[in-house]
Amino acid sequence: MTKIGTSLSAREMSEPMAATESPPVLETIGISKAFPGVKALEAIDLKLYPGVVTALVGENGAGKSTLVKILTGVYAPDAGRILLNGTEIVIRDAQAAFHQGITATHQETVLFDDLTVTENIFIGHQITGRFGMLDWKAMRARVKTILAELEVELDPDMRLRDLAIAQKHLVAIARALSVDAKIVIMDEPTAALSYKEVEELYTIVAKLKREGKAILFISHKFEEIFRIADTYVVFRDGRAVGAGVVSEVTPAKLIALMVGRTVDHVFPKVQVPRGESVFAAEGLSHPTEFADISFNLHRGEILGFYGLVGSGRTEVMHALFGITAPSTGVLKLDGKPIRVSRPADAVAAGIVYVPEERQRQGVVLALPVFQNITLPSLDRITRGGFLDLAREFDLARRYAGRLDLRAASLSQEVGTLSGGNQQKVVIGKWLATEPRVIILDEPTKGIDVGSKAAVHAFMGELVAQGLAVIMVSSELPEILGMSDRVIVMREGRIAGVFERAGLTAESLVAAATGNVAAEAA
Amino acid sequence: MRWNRDLLFAAIVIVIVAGVGLIRPSFVWPRNLIGLFNDTSILMMLALAQTAVILTKCIDLSVAANIALTGVLVSIVNAAHPELPIPLLMLLAAGIGLLLGAFNGAMVWLVGIPSIVVTLGTLSIYRGLAFRASGGTSIVGHQMSPAFIAVPRAELLGLPMMSWFAMLLIAVFAFMLRGTRTGRAFYAAGGNPTAAVYSGINVGRTQFIAFCTAGAVAGFCGYLWASRFSIANVDMASGFELDVIASCVIGGVSISGGIGTVAGAVLGAIFFGVVRNALPVIYVSPFWQLAISGVAILGAVIINAGRERQTGRLILKEAAAS
Repeated sequence: MTKIGTSLSAREMSEPMAATESPPVLETIGISKAFPGVKALEAIDLKLYPGVVTALVGENGAGKSTLVKILTGVYAPDAGRILLNGTEIVIRDAQAAFHQGITATHQETVLFDDLTVTENIFIGHQITGRFGMLDWKAMRARVKTILAELEVELDPDMRLRDLAIAQKHLVAIARALSVDAKIVIMDEPTAALSYKEVEELYTIVAKLKREGKAILFISHKFEEIFRIADTYVVFRDGRAVGAGVVSEVTPAKLIALMVGRTVDHVFPKVQVPRGESVFAAEGLSHPTEFADISFNLHRGEILGFYGLVGSGRTEVMHALFGITAPSTGVLKLDGKPIRVSRPADAVAAGIVYVPEERQRQGVVLALPVFQNITLPSLDRITRGGFLDLAREFDLARRYAGRLDLRAASLSQEVGTLSGGNQQKVVIGKWLATEPRVIILDEPTKGIDVGSKAAVHAFMGELVAQGLAVIMVSSELPEILGMSDRVIVMREGRIAGVFERAGLTAESLVAAATGNVAAEAA
Repeated sequence: MRWNRDLLFAAIVIVIVAGVGLIRPSFVWPRNLIGLFNDTSILMMLALAQTAVILTKCIDLSVAANIALTGVLVSIVNAAHPELPIPLLMLLAAGIGLLLGAFNGAMVWLVGIPSIVVTLGTLSIYRGLAFRASGGTSIVGHQMSPAFIAVPRAELLGLPMMSWFAMLLIAVFAFMLRGTRTGRAFYAAGGNPTAAVYSGINVGRTQFIAFCTAGAVAGFCGYLWASRFSIANVDMASGFELDVIASCVIGGVSISGGIGTVAGAVLGAIFFGVVRNALPVIYVSPFWQLAISGVAILGAVIINAGRERQTGRLILKEAAAS
């Protein structure tokens, strides 16, 4: 397994699995999927065997979820074939996948909170009796059998709302068993579970395995991969870059496979001398999301925040911006404590936040460009209680020009702009408030390469002008290429702080996944 | 783009008026058109008020009940104290209406109940209070002071006072929605509440302000209604809230918030007035009026849906790429 940086051939990938005698129950051949501007999956060959747990690992955005969505009929692949027991199948929709025996439990369980356990398990494939009437008695009996097989105690008449997350996962698994699923896909099933619940889940996985289900187990946690998986596949940038038997691999090797990429994009990193501390957090904690977050942000600095999805980065940013209130901790601007209990406070203090989901959180699609740009700056264009429309237009024109916004006119509705230009509107609207600290949450997520380069170049300009930038990103190359310092978060805590000098992808991933052994390796 | 839609709608209204005029020339006599505008004034003012509320992604079903309660209350005050000046009564009506609107707004903002539920409740509460206040009887013209009744009939420069009030309110709303932070906040809060919060706009307070505005306008209309029809009782303006909402929808105000113009709301109300006045003139049973209004509502919604779906597609493309 030294083929870092290249895609493995189908032959090499399937080799370790040849050890298992039975033929694969599910096989994908050359599955590809592209979204506008992004190649999500490229020529994926994957084999799932009965009674084998295959771990699917990869960074955020490596294409794992896209594959799950293709296998469960949410997306149609652009190219490639899917074989079920050797016969080619077409998965038309989620319902079809389910009836073909391909079932999935998702990160956030997609079940109905106000229906009972029985209703959830049988939704879409209810047992009907005479005259097409639903046969609840039969369904309840079947649920009891399935739950007994799983050896779990669960009242079939409980509403999902009243169950713990772990129990909801059990319902999802029971639902898979109710159609005699052959393939069970588990997308980070332990992400929200407690230690004890995780143990129970492992037991159930082992049981499913004994029953001959083929299990695709998606996880970021190496300890569980090494504990329950038989084989592994590593995805990187939409390609399968490594596969094999878990007992023959080390965590360090897996990390190397996950991150080992050739840098195909030169980052326009501007060297700015680090100035005095502008903004600091001391001991920020939240009852459920994060704890003990302390850092200093300096003038002219880009501070990267890296971590896995769900590590609490965005939640910390929300606290910095006053969207959620931390329970304890102090924020300081220029050494003086500030109170940020609402976004308006943050904006007034010169801290702005460019959110990750720019359409949901950033722009008002039905408003014209200029009104979007001036939305947080209305204070500055108000004269005697009335908006000064001429000043408003000036302000908007200035920042639209600075960002090279491509729009027919400033009166054009933002909803009619392209994604990259909408991103520019969002950034423009925050720059127009003349901030001192700008927080960029996944600034280049989902935008094309050209716009990415423009955003990166622009970040360089910002710090050159003396702004301080916090950049939350899940993209390692971006973190490595743009940051002066990197804070890695794991499970709501700071897992490490790294200076740009000596920054390596391996050390970041090791800190993010909590693999100290790999860090040493 | 919004303007184009409003212009198109204005053209449609003009064509309808002209068409009726061809059949019945008396319909387009200035006197009749002024009368038509005057008849529609209250609907127009309420449509404007409702537009403010709908823009913020809320709805106010209680405006007609608000009219009944304020109408009854100011009529009682007038009957008991005929010496009180009318402008004071107008202020009183607007003030009572504002309080009723503020109650709606507070329930939405501070208690977090969906506006449709809140106002469905207050619709009954306000009418119930109107019944209590009036004791179930009507306050009729001869109990009201002559000045109280005279206002809507008075003319200024050849135009009835009610029309002047409507035009004043159109100007105020046009200015508020375009030229003030509050107006801008209405659009932002309804168009994308999340983005509004991120931009430092207090969405709940914005909705509260919209309800207060709507309440004050409805209260003022309560006085106008009582004086114009010289009667105030619990059944005043019964069911009128639906005409108001229909005017907004026909005028292109999006029920999902964030989209709508003053011109659209006013034209929606005028369309209502034209249909109501024109049908009897061309010997169409007034009962068709309901059906025609219904078709107009659906037509307007279909046209708007086509437009909104376009932006919807854009969202999906982005979502898929991320």
